[in-house]
Amino acid sequence: MQRTTWLWLLVGLVGYCLVPWYMTEGGFWRFGWLSGIAADADTGAGIWLAFLHGRLYLGAPLPVLAGVAAALLLLADPLRRARAIVALSAAGLGLVMLQGFAVGMNGPRFLTGLFGALGGAEGQAGFGAGATLTLFSLLFMLTTSLSAAGRSTGDAFVTGLIGLIVALVALFVFFPVSTVLVNAFRAPQGGLSLGHFLSEFFSADLWGLSCLTFTDQCGPAINSVLLATMTGATTTLLGLAFALIFTRTNFRAKKLLRLLTVIPIITPPFVIGLALILLFGRTGTVTAIVSYLFDVPKTRWIYGFGGVYLAQVLSFTPIAFLVLIGVVEGISPSMEEASQTLDADAWQTFRRVSFPLMRPGLANAFLLGFIESLADFGNPLVLGGGNYNVLSTEIYFSIVGTIADPSRTAVLSIALLSLTLGAFLLQRRWVGKKSYATVTGKADSGRHAALSRGVKIAAYATALPWAAFTAVVYSMIAFGSVVKLWGYDNTFTLAHYIRAFGIKHTAHGWRFKGVAWDSYFTTLQIATIAAPLTALVGLGTAYLLVRQRFWGKEAFEFSTMLSFAIPGTVIGVSYILAFNFPPIELTGTSIILIIVFVFRNMPVGVRGGIAAMSQLDKSLDEASITLGANSFTTVRRVIRPLMGPAILAALTYSFVRAITSVSAVIFLVSAKHNMATSFIVGRVENGEFGIAIAYSAVLIFTMLAAIVLLQLLVGKRTLRRTDRVAGAP
Amino acid sequence: MNESTRGSVVFREVVKKYGQVTALKCLNLSIEPGRLVTLLGPSGCGKTTTLRLIAGLEAATSGAILIGGEDVTHLSATYRKVSMVFQSYALFPHMSVLENVAYGLTVKNMPRREAHEKAEAGLELVGLKGFGARLPSELSGGQQQRVAVARAIVLEPEVLLLDEPLSNLDAKLRRHVREEIRQIQQDLGLTAVYVTHDQEEAMAVSDRIIVMKNAEIAQEGSPRDLYERPGSAFIADFIGDANLVDCEVLAAGEGESEIALAGARLTLPTGAPGTGAAKLVLRPHQIRLSREKIAGGFEGVVSYGAYLGNQTQYTIDSALGELFVVTGETGQPIATGSNVWIGFEPGEARLVSA
Ligand SMILES: Nc1ncnc2c1ncn2[C@@H]1O[C@H](COP(=O)(O)OP(=O)(O)O)[C@@H](O)[C@H]1O
Ligand SMILES: [Mg+2]
Repeated sequence: MQRTTWLWLLVGLVGYCLVPWYMTEGGFWRFGWLSGIAADADTGAGIWLAFLHGRLYLGAPLPVLAGVAAALLLLADPLRRARAIVALSAAGLGLVMLQGFAVGMNGPRFLTGLFGALGGAEGQAGFGAGATLTLFSLLFMLTTSLSAAGRSTGDAFVTGLIGLIVALVALFVFFPVSTVLVNAFRAPQGGLSLGHFLSEFFSADLWGLSCLTFTDQCGPAINSVLLATMTGATTTLLGLAFALIFTRTNFRAKKLLRLLTVIPIITPPFVIGLALILLFGRTGTVTAIVSYLFDVPKTRWIYGFGGVYLAQVLSFTPIAFLVLIGVVEGISPSMEEASQTLDADAWQTFRRVSFPLMRPGLANAFLLGFIESLADFGNPLVLGGGNYNVLSTEIYFSIVGTIADPSRTAVLSIALLSLTLGAFLLQRRWVGKKSYATVTGKADSGRHAALSRGVKIAAYATALPWAAFTAVVYSMIAFGSVVKLWGYDNTFTLAHYIRAFGIKHTAHGWRFKGVAWDSYFTTLQIATIAAPLTALVGLGTAYLLVRQRFWGKEAFEFSTMLSFAIPGTVIGVSYILAFNFPPIELTGTSIILIIVFVFRNMPVGVRGGIAAMSQLDKSLDEASITLGANSFTTVRRVIRPLMGPAILAALTYSFVRAITSVSAVIFLVSAKHNMATSFIVGRVENGEFGIAIAYSAVLIFTMLAAIVLLQLLVGKRTLRRTDRVAGAP
Repeated sequence: MNESTRGSVVFREVVKKYGQVTALKCLNLSIEPGRLVTLLGPSGCGKTTTLRLIAGLEAATSGAILIGGEDVTHLSATYRKVSMVFQSYALFPHMSVLENVAYGLTVKNMPRREAHEKAEAGLELVGLKGFGARLPSELSGGQQQRVAVARAIVLEPEVLLLDEPLSNLDAKLRRHVREEIRQIQQDLGLTAVYVTHDQEEAMAVSDRIIVMKNAEIAQEGSPRDLYERPGSAFIADFIGDANLVDCEVLAAGEGESEIALAGARLTLPTGAPGTGAAKLVLRPHQIRLSREKIAGGFEGVVSYGAYLGNQTQYTIDSALGELFVVTGETGQPIATGSNVWIGFEPGEARLVSA
């Protein structure tokens, strides 16, 4: 423990004395700051800024670091030493964060007198490398000493991991969301006001019901709720039909059905909207045929509720399918057999036994569809068409529109957040646990009851046309990208691909001439960095939740899951509101994109990790620990090798999500760091569908390739193990 | 640490609570080096908790734990010189047998070659030479058990902990493996703490048995002590079978007491816990059955008899209540419903408090 503390103390000293405290203009890795480290007000290290430059408020780390060194050298009793370091580093952390938030860009924001006197009048920039190193050092000295001071069984690695994840979640989930809250309460004349918030929140503008009487448009909140209810109900119904066919009939093309569950994961969210436009838009194929055959005028009906609804049902049915397969399979066949031995026929068995057992699962699927629909941004953006707005798009337009109105943005965000959170809490309390327990039931031999004729016909009649429709929609993506101008000039062309991804040979070698390359490479790069970090944070959290006991664990678990229910749009807005100013100024960097992916996709890693780790006997860890390994070695040598599939799933999922997600990203991209999805949305807004679809197709293939590659990598590993099994004497 | 305390384990007023549940009330115990001590008791009495406290896998709510004379209350499991054999063996499924056994050595940065040599020696000690390249899943239950033991002892721990090590083995194998464990423990002079709920197993392997009940120690002592001088009805019943017969102590003297038993007065050459209601402990084989009248005996009726080859077991309804009796006489079984006389040697009977 002493060695670890010394190490972190050293890191802190380097961060405080040798590395620029603030974000540097020229970028950290050029090392231009080296020359000005002692005195320059922009690139100086903390200690020199504090004591040579009169910014006394940066002085706190000096006594803290010195105090820790003294404690390490002078205190012999390990318990007293640990307690002293805990107190010192906690105070240091608090003081550094306090000054960061107190002294803004233009001087002190609160405690004005105090920080003015300490030299804070001129204001300061955001935390940079030096501040970050110092903060990490203080944090890990705190956790390391906590592990030595308390009566807990966790060692320094465990407490460090807890400290790190708690700090990160607080900083990148709670802090931004609470910034949104604060902004929502901010009155136009300054100050915080509940009255202002309430009047904004409950305005007819938001919750208007005129569409119910067909007089006018409803408010976006009502639009969102109606849409989400319809989408949730329809996807549940379709999902159930698919699940029944999949598990209870001997339908031939089950593999194809399985495929249906994978496709949407690798489909960027607006792609289905685009395909629908190609089919049903004013120049769409179906529109043209219908108008030719029946001589009806071409309309723009697809732009509005109908289109968005259709697109969402297409997008989210697979989620319901996935949930309901588990539910339908989880019903113990013996119950159905019991019913049949009591002389109930197939329909009675379904209605009186199977269906009631499925009810919690159905509610679960409905709520998931409801949440997904509320959070969906891509489809309403492409198909909303200006006069049909839901909350997520309204939020976007309130911030990128001509008059940016942060207070309205915040109020809209809170409306959306309270809807998704409400549904999420309902799902957790009401059905979440129940449906989980049925899936993990004991293996049960016996056969599922066959469907009665009526149910079977209904299932086929619902599911098969829909499957065909899905196939058509997806094939549109392939066609749309190789046609000159859809509906007007249907000649075959590769021009869209060439414009987007052209490569040219010049005197200086190969040049990436296509307009899409920049955002494509940025996307790959950021997804590649974000994926392992997401897996790390997600599985690390899962490890803590499954394997460690610590104070406040329930709240910790709940808060990591909570971020699942925060819509991407809200996250995007909250990041803009929170990280546009010191002390944490990240907008416009690629770091903020990486961070947003990590914390948005983390809950899936957590869930996968929990499921995988619960299957590993806890005594494996304990055996390793009693054999003298610390928890880090245990994780590295025992847990990680046994978690291969979960790690792969987390990696794949977060990589793919980083490529396809648009809602949070669209707020955070910059000219320098543009992402594929926001590039495509830009093309769509300009009406350049060809190039948008071509790009989407390339993305889909990129993701397929990535998935296959990752599968192969892990596949090899398992092979090697079987080799050894075969070779044993 | 000096040699005389190496391997000793001491608990001073250790309390362990899991939230509202008290798993250990206030445990004081002291285990001498080189002994095999068994924690015995019914399920849920706190045996595993005690073992995990020694290993450092749980932190004591209060109190102090000493290993080898050093206070390790706040020392994490990683740094305690204690190895544990788990009920489920907990072999690492992705490592070969040899890698499993060498694991503890390699995490301590011992060079790979040396670690593997030591691991080979460990495997040889448990009779698994040549099995090093296999995966745990390719071994039988008994072999996996021995790998777990080898993995624990190659670290030369001060204390070896075993949590119900035989519970996953079938009955025939159990006797064999427990003898092996005892042999290795004695050969290496290890201190071992052995958890079981099976009293026969405890009697067979232990130098000393600590019987636990309801999160406390009920009684401790050598197997013979516990059997011959049970301190309570619970112990008498738990260690070997016993008939507990209600009686009243009229006078309790030094090494002699006078009791009233089913209307008769008897003098026993044994101490009593005090005067008043008590229980007389009669082991099934200490009771004599006879078709003829026994002087000072009691009358009864055979309500059930079972012939087991080497012995015969009877259930007798008598003035002393229902008695369970075992006799080695298998030649002429007594028919169910027969009247019999029951007698016992006053010198063999024990008195415990009711
Ligand atoms: N992790 C735990 N959380 C809560 N209660 C526990 C935990 N582990 C054990 N207990 C409780 O402590 C008591 C003693 O358990 P244990 O030591 O495992 O008993 P034994 O090994 O003698 O069967 C039991 O009542 C058990 O329910
Ligand atoms: Mg136990």
